[in-house]
Amino acid sequence: MFPHLAAGAVSEVSTVTNEANWLLENAWLIALLPAISFVLILFFGKKMPFKGAEFGITAVSISFILAILTGAAWMDHRDNFTLDTYGEKAAVLVDDGAGSAVDNVTLAVGTAAEAAEGDGHAYVAVQKTTQWLQSGGVEFNAGIMVDGLSVMMLFVVTLISLLVHIYSTDYVGGDRRYTHFFAFLSLFTASMLFFVLSDNILQMIVGWELVGVCSFALIGHWWEEKPNSDAALKAFITNRVGDVGLLVGMITLFFAAGKGMTFDTITINENILQGGVSHTALVVAAACLTIAVMSKSGQFVLHTWLPDAMAGPTPVSALIHAATMVVAGIYMVARLFPVFWEGMQIEGSSINFLATVGAVTLVGAGLLAFVQDDIKKVLAYSTVSQLGYMAMALGVGAWTAAVFHLFTHAFFKANLFLGSGSVAHAVHSFDMKKDMGGMRKFMPKTYVTFVIGSLALAGLFPLAGFWSKDEILVNTGGWGILGGSGSAPGSYTFHFVMGMIGAALTAAYMTRCVYLTFHGEYRGVHHDEHADDHADDHGHHGEPHESGPRILYPLYILSAFSILVGFVNFPPGFLAGSKKDPAGWQERFLHFIEPAGSSYFPAVGHATPSWWLAIVASLVAVAGAGAAFTYYFVKVERLAKRTGEHLVGLPNGVTTTNAFARAGHKLLVNKYYLDHLYTGIIAGGTKGPIAKAAYWVNQNVLDGTVDGAGRTAVQSGKLVYEKIDQGVVDGAINAAGRTSDAIGEELRHINTGRVQNYAAIMFAGAAILAGAFVLLLAL
Amino acid sequence: MLLNQFLLLSAVLFCLGVYGVLARKNGMLVLMSVELILNAVNINLVAFGAFRTDVGGSVFALFTIAVAAAEVGIGLAIVLLMYRNRRSIDLTQADLLKG
Repeated sequence: MFPHLAAGAVSEVSTVTNEANWLLENAWLIALLPAISFVLILFFGKKMPFKGAEFGITAVSISFILAILTGAAWMDHRDNFTLDTYGEKAAVLVDDGAGSAVDNVTLAVGTAAEAAEGDGHAYVAVQKTTQWLQSGGVEFNAGIMVDGLSVMMLFVVTLISLLVHIYSTDYVGGDRRYTHFFAFLSLFTASMLFFVLSDNILQMIVGWELVGVCSFALIGHWWEEKPNSDAALKAFITNRVGDVGLLVGMITLFFAAGKGMTFDTITINENILQGGVSHTALVVAAACLTIAVMSKSGQFVLHTWLPDAMAGPTPVSALIHAATMVVAGIYMVARLFPVFWEGMQIEGSSINFLATVGAVTLVGAGLLAFVQDDIKKVLAYSTVSQLGYMAMALGVGAWTAAVFHLFTHAFFKANLFLGSGSVAHAVHSFDMKKDMGGMRKFMPKTYVTFVIGSLALAGLFPLAGFWSKDEILVNTGGWGILGGSGSAPGSYTFHFVMGMIGAALTAAYMTRCVYLTFHGEYRGVHHDEHADDHADDHGHHGEPHESGPRILYPLYILSAFSILVGFVNFPPGFLAGSKKDPAGWQERFLHFIEPAGSSYFPAVGHATPSWWLAIVASLVAVAGAGAAFTYYFVKVERLAKRTGEHLVGLPNGVTTTNAFARAGHKLLVNKYYLDHLYTGIIAGGTKGPIAKAAYWVNQNVLDGTVDGAGRTAVQSGKLVYEKIDQGVVDGAINAAGRTSDAIGEELRHINTGRVQNYAAIMFAGAAILAGAFVLLLAL
Repeated sequence: MLLNQFLLLSAVLFCLGVYGVLARKNGMLVLMSVELILNAVNINLVAFGAFRTDVGGSVFALFTIAVAAAEVGIGLAIVLLMYRNRRSIDLTQADLLKG
C-alpha cells in the first residue's frame, strides 16, 4: 500500500503544481515574518521593554507554528494530492500519460510513474513563482518551491531558531549590543528560510550570501576583542573562496542545464535527468559546487573557519554553526542532486570527489576534536565531522540518509552547543581543562541533557544519531561481508570504513569531552563575587550553579528531540514487516521527504537494512567510547584520587612516551598545519612578492605618474599665469577699463546737467525710433 | 469717421507740448507742457477707441488722466522744493547733474 518507488521511476513530465493547500502556496510568509521582525528591531528595538527580543520571538514563534501547519499540509498533500483535485486541464494531461511534453513547469500535471504505480500518489512539489524582471528573453523569477525537503528545513530552522531566541534572552542578557544581536538573529532566520524556499538557483545564491553575511556579523558580535573580529574575517574570506566555486558552478548550470534560458531549479534538474546535458559541463558544475560545499559546510580543506567561528556567542554557534547555516551546502547538494548524480556518476561507482571529501573530513575532523581544550571547539570539530558524514552520504547516493542525518544532527548538536553554553555561562570560560571539571555536581540538569546529546551524537541505540548514522552506513553499500549491499546506489567500501572509524572517534571524543567538563574535580576559580551584569540571575555564590529556566527549557526540548527524532524513519523490518516492505510507521521520513518518482529527482536505490551492520556499528561506537572511558573515567580518575591533583590526562601517556604518537599529537594540535598553509605559505607567499611588486609599482609607476603630473601641473600653472592670466585676461580687463574711461571722457560733454537737454535727446531718440518704425512698416 | 482730424489735432498738441518742455525755462510751464503731451495721447486713445467702437480706448484715457494727476502732484512737489531751496524755478540754472 505504500509507493515504495524503486529505480527507473523518474517521471518524464513535471511533477509540479502551483495550486495546492493555501499553506503550501504561501510558505513565503514563514520567511517574511522574521524579515519584518528584523526591520522592526532595527527601528524600534531599543525603545521596546524587552529591547527588541519580543519582536524576534513573536515572529519566529508564528513562523514555527506556520511551519508545523505547513508540514501537516505537506503530509496531506503528499498522501492525497490527486491530479483531478485541481482543474480539468490537469486531468486532461494525465489522460495523455507520459508522452505529453509540457513546457510550463508550473502546470499541474500527473506523472507517468504515478499512472503506472496505480495506488499511492506521485510526489508533486508546489511551486509559486513570480517574474521579477526579464532581460534578453531570460526570465529572472522570484518564487518558492515547497516539497518535503524544504518543509523539513522550515521545521528545523524555525524550531531551533525559536529555542535559540529564548535561550539568548538569558545568555546575552545585558549585553551592550543585545538589540543588535536579536536583529541579526531575525535576519539570519529570514535569510535561511529564504534560502531553503528558493525555487531557482539565482535566489539560492542570494540566500547563501545572506546567511554568510549574518554569520560574519554574529561571529564578530564581540568585535572589540581582536580574535573575534579575526575569526569573523576568516569565516567571511574562507567562504568567499567557496563562493567562487558556487558562482562558477551555478553559471555552468545555467548555461548547460538551464540552456541559457532559465534559473529554475526544477527545470534544471529535469533537463539533466532527461539527458541531453553535456556530461563535461556537469562534471565541472558538480566539482565547483563541491568546493562551495567545502567552504559553507566546513569540509576539508576549507573547514578551518568553522572552529574559529566559535568566537561568536554560543547561541549563534548552536543556530548557525551547528544546526542550520552550515548545512546550507548539504541542502544545496540535496536540492541539485541530479547534478551530482549524473556529473559524478554516483550510481554503480565506488569513489567520487564529493564522497571522498566527506569521508576525509569525517575522520580528519574527528581526530582534531581530541586535542581541543575548548569545549566549543570540540563540538565545532564534531560538527565538521558530522557534516562530513552528510557530504559523504550524498556522495554515495544516500540522499535520504544524508537529509535524515541533517535533521537529527540539528537537534542533538544544538542541544550540545546550548549545553556547553550553559556550562560556560556558569564558569565564564570555555576551557575544559582549566575552568571546568566536576560540573555535574553544580549543574545536574545541564549534565543530563548534555549526556543525552552526546549519546545521540555518538549514535547509540535508540537515540536519534543511531538511526541516521546507520542509514548512511547501510547505503554506502560497501559492507559486503556483513550481509550484502542490497540495492544501494554504489559500492563505496572506503567510505564505509571511514564511516565506521568516524563512529568510533565520535563516541570517544564525546566521552572525553563529558569527562573533562562534568567529571573529576572542579578546576576553575571559585568566584567570590560575580562582578558582572548577570548578577541578578545568579545571586552571588562562590561556586558555579545551574542556569535559569530560559536556558534549561530549550535544553530539555532539544534533549527530547535528540531521543525521539530518530523514530521518524525506522528502517523496514524493524519491529514489523520484512526488510523490503515497510509497515505503516516505518520509513515515514523517506516517504514524506524524498522526492522519489518525481520529475526532478533521480531514481535512487535504497539499500536493505541489516541487523548485523547495526550491531557491528554500535559495537564500534561502544568500543570507541569504552577506550576513552577506560582512559579518563578509570585511569585518570584513579590517579587523581591517589595523588589528590586535578588531572586532565595521564602524566606519562602515550604522547609523552612514544615519538610517533607525539608527532601525531603535534600534527593535530597544529590542525594539520592548514592554518600555517593558508596564512603563512599561501597568503604570506603571495603577500611577499606581491607586496614587493606593489612597492616597486608604487615607487616607480604610481609615484612617477603622480610626480610627473605634479611637475606638469606646476609648469602649466606657471605658463597659464604668465601668458594667459597676466597677458590675456588682465590685458582684456585693462583694455576694457581704458576704453570705457576714454568713452566716458568723450561722453561727459553731453552731460550738461540741464534737464531740458536730456529731454531733447530723449525726444530725438523717440523720433528716430518712430521714424525707423514707420520706415520698417512702409517697407 | 473723422479719425484723421483727431489724429492731426493730437499731433499738433503733442508738438506744442514737446516745444514747451524743451524751450521753456520756467519749471511750471514745463509741467503744463507735459500735460499737453499727455492730453495729446488721450485724444489719440479716445479717437482710436471711438473709431473701433471700442470702449477700451476711453477707459485707457481715464487711466492716463489718473496717472497724469499723480505725475503732476510729484512734479509740483519737485518744483516747490526747488523754489524753496534756490528761490527760483529757472531750469537752466538747475544743472547739478552736470558731468
